[in-house]
Amino acid sequence: MLYFDHCASTPPHEDVVRTLSEIMTRHYANPSSLHRAGIEAERLIARAREVLAGVFGVSPAEWVFTSSGTESNNLAIFGAARAMQHRGRHLITSPTEHASVYETFRQLEREGYEVSWLPVDRQGRIDPQALAQSIREDTTLVSLMHVNNETGAVQPISELAAVLAEHPRVLFHVDAVQSVGKLPVMLRPWRIDLLTLSPHKLRGPKGTGILYVREGVRLQPLLFGGSHEAGRRAGTANTAGIVTSVKAVRLAVESQAERAQRMGRLGERLRRRLADAQGIVLTKVDAAPHIVHLCCPSLKSEVIVHLLEQEGFLVSTQSACSSKSGQPSRVLQAMRLERPLAESGIRISFGDEHTESDIDRLADALERAVARLQQLEEGRGE
Amino acid sequence: MTYDVLILRFGEFTLKGKNRSRFEKRMMEHVSQAIKAFPELEARCVFGRIYVALNGQAHGEVVDRLRDVFGIFSISPALSTQPELEAIREAGAAVIAAQRTKEQTFKTSVRRVWKAFPHTSQEMNHLVGGYVLRLNPQLKVDVHSPDLELRVEIQQDAALVYCETIRTAGGFPYGTNGKAMLLLSGGIDSPVAGWHAMRRGLELEAVHFYSYPYTSEQARDKVIALASRLSGFAGGRLRLHLVPFTELQTSFAQMKQDPLIITMMRRAMLRIADQLARQHGALAIVTGDSLGQVASQTLGSMHVIGQVTSLPLLRPLVMMDKQEIIDRAQAIGTYDVSILPYEDCCTLFVPRSPSTKPNLRVVEKVESFVDGYERMVEEAVAATETMELTPDHAVRLASASEEAWF
Repeated sequence: MLYFDHCASTPPHEDVVRTLSEIMTRHYANPSSLHRAGIEAERLIARAREVLAGVFGVSPAEWVFTSSGTESNNLAIFGAARAMQHRGRHLITSPTEHASVYETFRQLEREGYEVSWLPVDRQGRIDPQALAQSIREDTTLVSLMHVNNETGAVQPISELAAVLAEHPRVLFHVDAVQSVGKLPVMLRPWRIDLLTLSPHKLRGPKGTGILYVREGVRLQPLLFGGSHEAGRRAGTANTAGIVTSVKAVRLAVESQAERAQRMGRLGERLRRRLADAQGIVLTKVDAAPHIVHLCCPSLKSEVIVHLLEQEGFLVSTQSACSSKSGQPSRVLQAMRLERPLAESGIRISFGDEHTESDIDRLADALERAVARLQQLEEGRGE
Repeated sequence: MTYDVLILRFGEFTLKGKNRSRFEKRMMEHVSQAIKAFPELEARCVFGRIYVALNGQAHGEVVDRLRDVFGIFSISPALSTQPELEAIREAGAAVIAAQRTKEQTFKTSVRRVWKAFPHTSQEMNHLVGGYVLRLNPQLKVDVHSPDLELRVEIQQDAALVYCETIRTAGGFPYGTNGKAMLLLSGGIDSPVAGWHAMRRGLELEAVHFYSYPYTSEQARDKVIALASRLSGFAGGRLRLHLVPFTELQTSFAQMKQDPLIITMMRRAMLRIADQLARQHGALAIVTGDSLGQVASQTLGSMHVIGQVTSLPLLRPLVMMDKQEIIDRAQAIGTYDVSILPYEDCCTLFVPRSPSTKPNLRVVEKVESFVDGYERMVEEAVAATETMELTPDHAVRLASASEEAWF
């Protein structure tokens, strides 16, 4: 079986699996306890913050550990919007965000906030000029993703950041779940105030999310209880999950340049192989190196996923978080792709384990699946 | 705009004739250490300045690294160009264009280090200034108090053109004025005192007193974190001596002389610090005392406490207001650690009304009744644990093998 769904989740690093079990066995005490065992667990978490701070060139106090990327996005957006509502209730985002951002803004709209949805072009990109024009006196937060989880489209974060540099009172949240480890991500130079990370997309464990919160940024908590995470997120800290998450992030960032090159080559190879394939339309975006998105016009993408699965290849339709809705993709519609395309998207995402021959086998299988389905559809038409 | 070079100016130590080359050598070491994360940079020391060639590296981050290096008084990011009129004019225009501020007045100051340059400094002021004015009609000349000052330095191999001068830490290069012991509590003041002492060129070793189980492990971790932050100003390494103080402190508590307990504790700490200073070749003790802040910091208390050592007691904060100290603590990054809630031994057994005017004779008398006083001091010195801290490594794990988990 070949797993090409790394945007959804990744096989954990062997160090992560082993360390999880070691820490759970040795450091089960509650990191908030006063006794030595508690302090030892707390030190592991403190060390994790130091390592993370070193990786991104910021301070250890600027990290909040949560339960998931979704929680990090919710905490960043609800937390900032609510903490800043005395200054204004206008927020900016885009219609191609991940569900955990998109639905959060929809909820804020229901609560009376005003949201500007920045349009994207056919490559899925936001125009920095459009961002500049949408900022108002009462704007408090801009939330945009770095790499789109469905198409791989890369937002021009440094240009968007340059626009926001003129508006220092507007907070900038970046959902970097798909970009960390694949592209360079710079917190200080891009003046990012809030950044979401999801370790299980980087060979880390599920159950831990990370949020960078720049010093001085106030958030209203989502969860109330103890004063964990400097009062920003109550709940007993997950020592083993946090330590292994940080290791996974460190390894991914340290090998980012090399990975980007390798995956870029694999992506190019797949695109070249499929460029002239019958019934397959490559989605033209300036994509992150690990994602190839394509459409099979008028075919049902879900069926293609199952046909490939029979041959031992796992790929996905839209984002795993939205794939069960059966609707045309919201992201592809926002890019104004025609309906036959928007209903038939396939996302292929690679990992470190893939080779050129894996890519070739996938391309062959994809061509066979599409041909088979086309035949069936034609047969049914007659 | 991309600048080519940083001009680093030294502080007052440039005046010290005989020691100058020693200072400059130290300065180069500290600058190289601060910028070692940027392999493309090249630093060289010429005539009492250091020039850092940026070789394509953006200047902002490099300046941030150098801001905290003691001995550097100011930094100017500059364009380096051919020592020719046209090139200098172009560079001047580029530097002014990069100042995206709304300044209205400016002046040009040209200095010729290379006297063979064909125009005099006066002529150059007009030739360069006039050119920039024609390109920037919004500017007016004001030679007395201009908003912008365009500076040009003409040397034989290059002309440096700049406008901005960033004030930095100043002081003396770390470690060029001898060594002292710093009494480091977990509070706000003592790290700031340490910073001031280091800025004056003192090499420091920190001393902390802990009273486990009355103080927690976290209080110790807090001091380790503070020392780790301070090590960033000490060329990346700082020694911390951890002195067990429980026995002395509980003995004092049993003397039933509550108003004097703080005085006795401070005297015992100084006695121990004095011995550690002699062991480690230090010639002074630095404390975070600020006159009148608490009972042990009244003039009367300082007088009685200071009697126990013949070493100079240096109190950098003695005349500073609390708010100034807090501002400095925030600027050097120790404040957020200092305000963590864990108690240190100075806040234990604190009497309701500590003496602000202790009597030396009474204190000495009470101390003479403390059983085994000398022995306890000797034992505390002997049981002192020493660790060496670096800026990137504050948290100690239960065992070194656990580092592999990260």
